[in-house]
Amino acid sequence: MIAWSPRSSWRRILAIVLLLAMQPMTASATGWDIDQLMQSLAKTKAGRATFVEKKYLALLDRPVESSGELRYTAPDRLEKRTIKPKPENMLVDGDTLVLERGRQKHTLQLQEYPELAGFIGSIRGTLSGDRKALEASFRLKLDGPADRWTLTLFPTDSKLANSVHLIEITGARDNVRSINIIQTDGDRSMMTIERVASQ
Amino acid sequence: MKQPPIRRRTIAILAWLLGLMMCVVVIARTTFTADLSAFLPASPTKEQQVLLDQLRDGVVSRLILVGIEGADAPTRAALSKGMAQKLRSDAAFVTINNGEPVHTEKDQAFLFGNRYLLSPAVTPERFTGQGLHDALSETIDMLASPAGMLIKPLLPRDPTGEMIKLFEQMNAGNRPRMSHGAWASRDGERALQIAQTRAAGADTDGQQLAMAKLQEAFDTAVKGQGTPAASAKLVMTGPGVFSVLSRQTIESEVTRLSVIGTLIIVALLLTVYRSFTALVLGLLPVISGAVVGVVAVSLGFGLVHGITLGFGTTLIGEAVDYSIYLFVQSRQGSADASGASGASPDWVADFWPTIRLGVMTSIMGFASLLLSSFPGLAQLGLYSIAGLVAAALVTRFVLPHLLPVDFRIRDVSAIGNKLSMLVAPASLLRWPLLLVTIAAAVVVTQHRATLWNAELSSLSPVAKEDQATDARLRADMGAPDVRYMVVVSGKDREDVLVSAERVSEQLAQLVEKGVLAAFETPTRYLPSVASQRARQASLPSDDVEQRLKQATDGLPVRAAVFAPFMQDIAAAKVRPPLQRSDLDGTSLALAVDSLLFKRGDQWSAILPLTAPESTAHTIGISTEPIRAALAAAGQENALFVDLKAESDHLYSGYLREATQLSLAGVAGILILLAISLRSLVRVVRVMLPLAAAVITVVGILVLCDQRLTILHLVGLLLTVAVGSNYALFFGARRDATISPQTLTSLLFANLTTVAGFGLLGFSQVPVLQAIGTTVGPGAVLALVYAAVFSAQGSTVARDAKAT
Repeated sequence: MIAWSPRSSWRRILAIVLLLAMQPMTASATGWDIDQLMQSLAKTKAGRATFVEKKYLALLDRPVESSGELRYTAPDRLEKRTIKPKPENMLVDGDTLVLERGRQKHTLQLQEYPELAGFIGSIRGTLSGDRKALEASFRLKLDGPADRWTLTLFPTDSKLANSVHLIEITGARDNVRSINIIQTDGDRSMMTIERVASQ
Repeated sequence: MKQPPIRRRTIAILAWLLGLMMCVVVIARTTFTADLSAFLPASPTKEQQVLLDQLRDGVVSRLILVGIEGADAPTRAALSKGMAQKLRSDAAFVTINNGEPVHTEKDQAFLFGNRYLLSPAVTPERFTGQGLHDALSETIDMLASPAGMLIKPLLPRDPTGEMIKLFEQMNAGNRPRMSHGAWASRDGERALQIAQTRAAGADTDGQQLAMAKLQEAFDTAVKGQGTPAASAKLVMTGPGVFSVLSRQTIESEVTRLSVIGTLIIVALLLTVYRSFTALVLGLLPVISGAVVGVVAVSLGFGLVHGITLGFGTTLIGEAVDYSIYLFVQSRQGSADASGASGASPDWVADFWPTIRLGVMTSIMGFASLLLSSFPGLAQLGLYSIAGLVAAALVTRFVLPHLLPVDFRIRDVSAIGNKLSMLVAPASLLRWPLLLVTIAAAVVVTQHRATLWNAELSSLSPVAKEDQATDARLRADMGAPDVRYMVVVSGKDREDVLVSAERVSEQLAQLVEKGVLAAFETPTRYLPSVASQRARQASLPSDDVEQRLKQATDGLPVRAAVFAPFMQDIAAAKVRPPLQRSDLDGTSLALAVDSLLFKRGDQWSAILPLTAPESTAHTIGISTEPIRAALAAAGQENALFVDLKAESDHLYSGYLREATQLSLAGVAGILILLAISLRSLVRVVRVMLPLAAAVITVVGILVLCDQRLTILHLVGLLLTVAVGSNYALFFGARRDATISPQTLTSLLFANLTTVAGFGLLGFSQVPVLQAIGTTVGPGAVLALVYAAVFSAQGSTVARDAKAT
């Protein structure tokens, strides 16, 4: 695993950015750019999907795995129902996050938790194809063709950038396939998503 | 008795002046108040004492809820932060909370640093190999959850998740949402903050100062924000704010009513007398009475309540009657006695006994109030008795000496004769009015179930819109209304904390069952030394490493990760138990101080309970499970208190007592009349119009959708007291006919009474309004009924005389 020191990481990012600066041009040449991705994503008004999430933490010998179901309703309602290893429900609606675990029920305001807010904002922004919202806290980069795209989000908000290095979202056309989060300390979360045929 | 008239005159006037001077000295040293004290019992029960403490200086009484309305959300948040910044350095406030993370870091550091002494989950079982294994598994599962990101950094030091446990306990209550970095209402239309004042809730001056400082900070913040903030508005509420507002209302009302009442009566008297001398002389008994009344209350109670002063305006209405009787009659007298000085002896012989009986009847009525445990009523009683006696004595013994030799008021015999003609056929109205009375009695009987208002808040001088603001801000804030609480008391802090912990264990089970939404306890931040020692003993000492190895078996984590945990455990095991002073600098210190305090040589802990959200079946908290839980905790020094039930109970106690005392007063009046009049028929003739007037007034109030309070009852008593004068003139005097002069004086007396009391009916202070709407119409009805039912020349009277 690569060890990131802040200074070198910035240089590295800069280099990568410069290197990749030409790619969007090629992408747009083939008729595929961020705007088009966003437009096609925005068409989905509601969706259901199963997910499997693996978290690779330096503290743990093995990744922790959880799975369950995701539900999304445009523009800003997102529900994550975890079934394994422990039933848990996370509902984000607007600025409010409700976390239910066993008998405990917590209601949080996303504003108060910038890390969570950034993480949830990245998913919600992508699902709703809201480029403006994404660009409010991330710098965007799109790679690959329309049927195998990768959207990378680099946090621009300093609080979020403290813990999140980047978020990588892959998909095919309007279908999001995976969301990977790489933290600044090297810990990663890899979530694969399988869309359930919409009713 | 054979002293020359000049000497008697000098003595009377000198005694009067000397008395007045002494009164002025006492008044100059009197404390006047307008706080809640008038409504609070002088010798409370244990539950009532809790209520009183909470009202006077409980933490809730020190809270001012602040809302910023108007402008836009970012501006409101900026104003909130600007205000808070200025006020946090102000000694008048203990804390200003608007959601900004001021204490958060210190609080979290305290909780984290002391988690093994604070967490109730720290038991010997939790730190065995198996216990640690379970706790670790749970924490690792939690890492997989969306909140995992937040707890990951804690894992090496807090693998059993004690910090999460502490957080879960503390965040059970609702908090307002954040908007632009400061608290806002759920609908986002208001910025919110809570100020806790240093001044106790009962310190109205201190509360007023705090309000002024809040307003000033707001104005400064608005200036700082410029034009976008121009439409912003500050609203405040809270028990202290209510005290300040009611005091302002009472003060302005009392001033306004006294001035208007005096003006009306002065105008009326001038119209009647057409003489300034007569006016000044006529007011002397009134002023003397008011002064003596204040002095009596001051000496008797140590302080005088503003409401009592407001009531004083009504005394003008009754006491002025005495001089009216004197002047109108003495005009007649002096005309007859052709130039004799002052009041004619006729007056003393003819009218004084009737007036004296009237005064004594009133005293009998008010004496019952003196016995009330409701200090407000007792003050009214003493004030009225002292005032009336003084006014009557001045009228009888001083005023006649002051009348100039050629004292003349306008000839009122023309009016008198007209009145006589009016009254002559009054008995024709007897049957119609009897029907009206019966109808009123039927109305009252039909509404007897809803006749009385049983809530103490019905007396609250706080305006309806202010109460609405309060409800709104409270709902926004998710602020506890602190209606239910368990109070634990004991000899020392440790005792109280140990008991509170026992009670908490039981309450925690009720939270699990959903009987309670949450509860708060000081032991959360400052556990008893006994618990802290027990928790320390639960922590493993030398074999931690071995236990961890056992615990991590089968889990995806190496025991070595937990080196920081082992260090923390070792440190926690040997450290001295937490003291109150360890909390300094955190917001938890405030929480503990407000929930755990010493009063006298008694320590008390307050455990406020939060009711679950109301459902279709339940509102508030069902009390049986709480009492059962307290019984199960086995703490005899723990007391469950429902403050609202307690205050309503207090009030219904006052009401019951006042009803009994009023009936006793009526009985006293009956006995007095029976002894003085020595004729059952005459007693009936005096009482009948009074009873009819009372019933009719209650009927009118019921028809106007008024629910009666304790003050309406006082009003009825006053109606009887004032009305007895009329009834006595009409029904008790031996001579067959009532003279035109007497009729005239009765009419004038009635007009002044109605002016004095009727004005109160327009007051915004419910206490004064209740008396006004009762006595105003009551006095008129009493006069009319007395004329109709008691007047001589009727068949009933003739029959009665024949027997």
